[in-house]
Amino acid sequence: MDGQPHPAATDAASDREAVIKVRGLRNQFGRQVVHDGLDLDVWRGEVLGVVGGSGTGKSVLLRTIVGLNKPAAGSIEVLGVDVLNASEAERQSVEQRWGVAFQDGALFSSLTVLQNVMAPMREHLRMSRGLMKALGELKISLAGLPPLACGKFPSELSGGMRKRAALARALALDPEIVFLDEPTAGLDPIGAAAYDELIGELQRSLGLTVFMVTHDLDSLYAICDRIAVLAEKRVLVEGPIETMTSVDNAWVQEYFTGPRARAAQEKGLRGK
Amino acid sequence: MSAPTLILEGSDNGSVLRLAGRYLTHSLGTVEKAFADVDAGGRFLEIDMSGVEVVDTGGAWLIVELMARLEADGLKVTLINAAPSHLALIETVREAIPEEPGEEEPERGLLAWLERVGREVERGKKGTLSILSFFGETLAALARAVVMPWKMRWAPLVSQMDDVGFKAVPIVALMGFLIGIVLAFQGATQLQQFGAEVFVVELISISILRELGILLTAIIVAGRSGSAFTASVGSMKVQEEIDAMRTLGLNPIDVLVLPRVLALLIMLPILGFVANMSGLFGGALMSWLNLNVSPGMFVTRLQETTSIWHLGVGMIKAPFFALVIGVIACWQAFQVRGSSTSVGQRTTASVVQSIFMVIALDALFSVFFAKMGV
Repeated sequence: MDGQPHPAATDAASDREAVIKVRGLRNQFGRQVVHDGLDLDVWRGEVLGVVGGSGTGKSVLLRTIVGLNKPAAGSIEVLGVDVLNASEAERQSVEQRWGVAFQDGALFSSLTVLQNVMAPMREHLRMSRGLMKALGELKISLAGLPPLACGKFPSELSGGMRKRAALARALALDPEIVFLDEPTAGLDPIGAAAYDELIGELQRSLGLTVFMVTHDLDSLYAICDRIAVLAEKRVLVEGPIETMTSVDNAWVQEYFTGPRARAAQEKGLRGK
Repeated sequence: MSAPTLILEGSDNGSVLRLAGRYLTHSLGTVEKAFADVDAGGRFLEIDMSGVEVVDTGGAWLIVELMARLEADGLKVTLINAAPSHLALIETVREAIPEEPGEEEPERGLLAWLERVGREVERGKKGTLSILSFFGETLAALARAVVMPWKMRWAPLVSQMDDVGFKAVPIVALMGFLIGIVLAFQGATQLQQFGAEVFVVELISISILRELGILLTAIIVAGRSGSAFTASVGSMKVQEEIDAMRTLGLNPIDVLVLPRVLALLIMLPILGFVANMSGLFGGALMSWLNLNVSPGMFVTRLQETTSIWHLGVGMIKAPFFALVIGVIACWQAFQVRGSSTSVGQRTTASVVQSIFMVIALDALFSVFFAKMGV
């Protein structure tokens, strides 16, 4: 690693701080190698979209960074902590500084939405119940749910509302980094656009760093500052979306210049 | 890391509240009470945020709430020296605060309690009606199967019979054997006091054949198969598989309920018979070892004193128990709503209800047969 400077490190402006730093990551399941020598930086305050074909290990990358999957080799640094070799206490303190929203919400089915959002607060914060409840309601409202949703159980919510509730829970501890796994998959176009807008707005006003695994070209154009394309077991290219069309790779070309991409691009540009 | 602090400086006309430090959610517990206690007199309050290093939504909420509370008291509250990013966040939070409270605290008191009782009664009534209609549907499906046996689904029936019956033989046989041993042992110690050891044969045969064999088999099957029915069909309900069946023109009662109930109807009497026989065997063995009642003597006495009706009275109950277990388990499965938690609750309810109903039914049968003089 030392001999070759990482491309992301060289073009980094001095004021950029890498909140996530992945180096030489190798993931394999049995004989199947998913990642090999994967390097990735995520800068503070940006929205990074991770794309790639099916089976390129987008979700595996997310799960590895948040510690749900142990890699075969490589190092991962989140907020300055080497999460793979950190002590239990260090890990816990880092975990409180990130939030994860899973694809189908992964809300606790025996708790109401408000209780779901309050669950991490009860575990990690020392404050009165009243303040927790108020902050929980605030997070639910920030995530774009009506107050009525607070007392509902996850099974009583629609798919889109579950995703919003999952975002509210991910925001519960006011994290610095939010991981989103396919946040707009399964939402109707209007709901997906509203969700994109919500993430963009939260990111700007709360100064979040967002790590987003997505397939949604609209989201990529609308809110992502930078795109990382997973292919050939590593991050093949990364950069702003405008640079993607000039990448010399068949899949990337197909992805970013196909008919859907053109439509999304027009919409995204109109939006901006 | 400096903890959040606040200092209130009052003058005649108004006061200044100086905030300093890091207003982050995880350190709010320390200033929560101080914020609630801020009581500014005069006409205006200036909140000086020059010392604030960072704010997140939690910190912003405290500030917004304080402003709202004091403004409601008629004060003019202004934020001064705030960083633009802090102001923007405070604005976002102010807009996001829900106007109406989300979750209502459950009401307490006699009236609320009465209301709950009323709801429960209503729910009980609905549940009873629903299970009766489900029972009827199952009987209708059974009747259809009898009239048109070629429309029966034989493969699932056989597989259920294997699960419910054949695989339960070891546990049921062992249970019967142990019950026989217990009865012989306990009976022997009592009967020996009167020198009436030989009556142990009647004690064992009548209690096992009439009551215990079939009752305990039904309880084991309710725990073993009833729970499996509710859990498996309930999970299908969560996955919308049952709805999918309906849209494909399949009747879930025919496809899911009938094979299970029919398998129980066929296998429970057989299992009960197995329990009876192994119970007699265990009893005979213990009588021989403990009371010197030889197996030959046991069989002779069994034939002389125990009418075949005792076996009949026991076996007649088996299909009724089977129906109760099968219908309750499947009905509970159909009541599963939404989440996987519900599957667990319904499975518990299914086992408890069917065991209770089996015992209640057994008591009814006892009274009935006693009155009939059988």
